[in-house]
Amino acid sequence: MLEVTDAREVAVDQAFEPTIVAFFCNWCTYLAADLAGTSRMKYAPNARVIRVMCSGRVDPQFVFDAFARGADGVLIGGCHPGDCHYQEGNYKALRRYQLTKRLLTDLGVEPERFRLEWISAAEADRLRDVMNEMTAQIKALGRADFSVPDEPFDIPELEPEPEIEEAVVS
Amino acid sequence: MSDKPKVAFYWCASCGGCEEAVVDLAEKLLDVADAVDIVFWPVALDTKKADVEAMGDGEILATFVNGAVRTTEQEEMVRLLRRKSQLLLAFGSCAHMGGIPGLANQWDRETILDTVYRQSPSTVNPEGVVPQQVTRENGYEVYLPGFYDTVRTVGQVTDLDYVVPGCPPTPGIIAGAVATLLSGEVPPKGSVLAPDVALCDECDRKVTKPETVSLTEWKRPHLVDVDEELCLLAQGLVCLGPATRAGCGAQCVGANMPCTGCFGPTSRVRDGGGKALAAIASLVGSDDPDEIERILDGIPDPVGTFYRYSLPASLLRRAPMAQPVKITTQGSDARKVTR
Repeated sequence: MLEVTDAREVAVDQAFEPTIVAFFCNWCTYLAADLAGTSRMKYAPNARVIRVMCSGRVDPQFVFDAFARGADGVLIGGCHPGDCHYQEGNYKALRRYQLTKRLLTDLGVEPERFRLEWISAAEADRLRDVMNEMTAQIKALGRADFSVPDEPFDIPELEPEPEIEEAVVS
Repeated sequence: MSDKPKVAFYWCASCGGCEEAVVDLAEKLLDVADAVDIVFWPVALDTKKADVEAMGDGEILATFVNGAVRTTEQEEMVRLLRRKSQLLLAFGSCAHMGGIPGLANQWDRETILDTVYRQSPSTVNPEGVVPQQVTRENGYEVYLPGFYDTVRTVGQVTDLDYVVPGCPPTPGIIAGAVATLLSGEVPPKGSVLAPDVALCDECDRKVTKPETVSLTEWKRPHLVDVDEELCLLAQGLVCLGPATRAGCGAQCVGANMPCTGCFGPTSRVRDGGGKALAAIASLVGSDDPDEIERILDGIPDPVGTFYRYSLPASLLRRAPMAQPVKITTQGSDARKVTR
């Protein structure tokens, strides 16, 4: 059972290491990650990989939830077009990805933070390159902060006269 | 005052349509007035905050709050009414999910005040005056409520008992909600007092929905002749019925307007906009990225389409805040904003 905690607590402030949530399909990209491991490839350790049966399983809610819990980037990995184990789950993923990306862009999220890649089980080197590139790009961008900050007003509980800081008006 | 149960209504960041919805009960409102004492209702009665403050805690049986929480005053009133009421109900989409005012969560306070008071084409404001929380006028101090960066739902500000959904809640939904509360079989706290199924379930056009819908173009309702029988999705209109709670009787769809999602999602969905987005994107009939982009151009405002009533209640709640803004409050630069 995978317990997702607030990734913000894990991240260190001084040397910013991005947290990337990576949804990898069981049949292609997850196997590529396995191959990268058994091949002893070295690459950026920033991704928290979550295995899904198909990239088409990735609900936009998963993506929003990842960002809301402090992820700095979200990566979806699936089989190449035509290679989906379930015929066309990756096309479903593609359509949702493109619309979700438009929505996130309108909310002010940089395009580098949300990415869909087709990586087959044999393409461990591609997985390594994507991980390294995405990590570097997000490092340059900094944190993705969806937190809702505390607001600076002093709100009296039941007092009729609010206590308000002095502002200068000429 | 009689021994009748006490009921209150209040409004926060809203358009007034929810108040209209109460008045729309027409003669039934007289039955309501017979059965309960309406002790506080700023839009209709000359009651004051002090009247509420004078009440004991829990003295009001039920308070219906409409509108989102955008200012310090609204938060204060919602908390006060929470304390004085046994049941606090969010009435309408704004109180439930943030509503249309919640779309302002795409920006922050400074941007909103600047746009409204300085940049908008119809504004004449050569001195660039924006509302201040405190000003001095002829020796008096004048106060305005604080204006938050982030619009919140009533449930995000205080403990909430039930939700009466809709923009505005329909007479049927209001009557059903009241009947539920009076029935003695009280639903679990936090429940939305409407059926927990998708709108398609009660839509008259349901029978005409094809097995599969695959679209090469999204259409906008004012630009097409809408077929009066056929499922609106099958006609290429962005109808959020599949991802929206039923209970309204599909009135908009019946009037050839696609559902925009004012009832919010069912209880099994965490983020209604995300679910609606997934449903709509899945109907795009292409496997080619460029072609998909072209088709998606038919949905010019994804945030306003999928989160029209629910941005503050969504998982992300708002657009990321810009870097902290420093406001200089000295001398003639009082209103100059520096980053």
